[in-house]
Amino acid sequence: MKKIVNDPNEVVQEMILGMVAAHGDRLKQVPDSTVLARVQSPVKGKVGLVSGGGSGHEPSHAGYVGKGMLDAAVCGSVFTSPTPDQVLEGIKAADSGSGVLLIIKNYTGDVMNFEMAAELAEIEGVTVDKVVVNDDVAVEDSTFTTGRRGIAGTVFVHKIAGAKAESGASLSEVKAAAEKAISNVRSMGMALTSCTIPAAGKPGFEIGENEMEVGMGIHGEPGIARTEIQSADEIASVLVEKILDDGVHTSGDEVAVMINGLGSTPLMELYILNLKVNGLLKEKGLSIYKTFVGEYMTAIDMAGCSVSVLKLDEELKELLDSPSDTLGFRI
Amino acid sequence: MMGLTNEHLAKWLEKTNAKIQENKTFLTNLDQAIGDGDHGINMSRGFDEAVKKISSTEYKTSSDLLKDWAMTLLSKVGGASGPLYGTALLKFSMSMKDKEEVDYSSLTAGIEEGLNGLIQRGQAQEGHKTMVDVWSPVVTFLKEQPAFNPEGFKEIAKEAMEKTKDMKAIKGRAAYLKERSIGHLDPGSVSSYYLFSSLAEVIEEEGVGL
Repeated sequence: MKKIVNDPNEVVQEMILGMVAAHGDRLKQVPDSTVLARVQSPVKGKVGLVSGGGSGHEPSHAGYVGKGMLDAAVCGSVFTSPTPDQVLEGIKAADSGSGVLLIIKNYTGDVMNFEMAAELAEIEGVTVDKVVVNDDVAVEDSTFTTGRRGIAGTVFVHKIAGAKAESGASLSEVKAAAEKAISNVRSMGMALTSCTIPAAGKPGFEIGENEMEVGMGIHGEPGIARTEIQSADEIASVLVEKILDDGVHTSGDEVAVMINGLGSTPLMELYILNLKVNGLLKEKGLSIYKTFVGEYMTAIDMAGCSVSVLKLDEELKELLDSPSDTLGFRI
Repeated sequence: MMGLTNEHLAKWLEKTNAKIQENKTFLTNLDQAIGDGDHGINMSRGFDEAVKKISSTEYKTSSDLLKDWAMTLLSKVGGASGPLYGTALLKFSMSMKDKEEVDYSSLTAGIEEGLNGLIQRGQAQEGHKTMVDVWSPVVTFLKEQPAFNPEGFKEIAKEAMEKTKDMKAIKGRAAYLKERSIGHLDPGSVSSYYLFSSLAEVIEEEGVGL
């Protein structure tokens, strides 16, 4: 393992302190917690937005704390959901009395820990509601399973819900906007390499020099198929086809696109991928309203990418266009 | 003395912790095969903290002791196991409110409440290759027996744990593997087996009348 770390068990705490040292004008650490909150939080009269999850996905989620997006992000250990007491700290930091919406990625641990925190917060008199993001089409959706995972499409949900909350909307209105974004966004990823959790010290799984995994999750969970490595155009085709097969986006729709790097893939490659994604979507009759290319939700040091496509209507376009001033997403 | 005292409950926790520490790598390896590979690490951290907390605190009631055990796991284990074990023990604690000691019927009711908490929190049912597959037969056995039967209790828990090997996971991270989850023990069922076998051993060794 070659990493710029001190004690591998202290990476999350040191990252939080480093972020506050760099961006203390916008972020503060809630004392004795792993919560990063807006400096001015709780924002009076505004619904609070809290997200979070295991660390290792930076800039998710602390990079989206700020005006127009989240009020607090709860950082768990690397790839491990934060505990209910930590999430509760995040809820309290975000609550101005107008209620708090939790944006949860669909993983068993995350959902349970955030739900327990919501129950604890309700006991303390805070009104809490939640949405669960499940945009990853690589995983079969069924009521008999854990369901689809939440991946990079979550960033669109942060943006849409954040803009709605900033406009002074009520908790139920903010939730409705978030739900609309969730039902309109689909994503899929692929990986070229494994990733190394610092405390584990070795890659989480094996993948051959000439192999790639289609549909890989952001923690290295298995995808749909392990194949020989293909060209950028072929990768784009596989991902776009699977996303559109889900039937959410139809010819004539306007969409926002996110080309997301998983940590070790250069921007050059992401732009090469985008060229084909852009062409394929247009071929299918979709019109591209905005494209975001960069690292939005990573998997530590994994090489690979994900593509997210968000179907837009007038409300979502307006919310997407309204200002956001966070480290990871500025409009 | 009839029933489990706070001293017995503390011994139950210590014995469970000893088994988890001893099998930390085994639990982690099981979880690496079909989960996210942190069960042993998380459980050993959480149970160690729970032992520290409970051995250094005086408790008036068993409900208070169980509550601290639950809350420590909630805040120190993380992942999915933290809220699951935390919820189960919290429900057990709540069912013991205003009771002096844990007799057979309140032990049975407490573990049953724990099971209900697990089902509610994890949205899992029997056969989904989760902890429920150990807790559920254990509760059924307790309800069928007139008094605590340590040997039978351990045997039921062990059999139930071993049965998860041939199941296909429906819930938890192993569910993503579908058929590929078959042939591996469910890590949460193994740690649940440690919990229940420790309970039987404490009752036996301490000569608890139940």
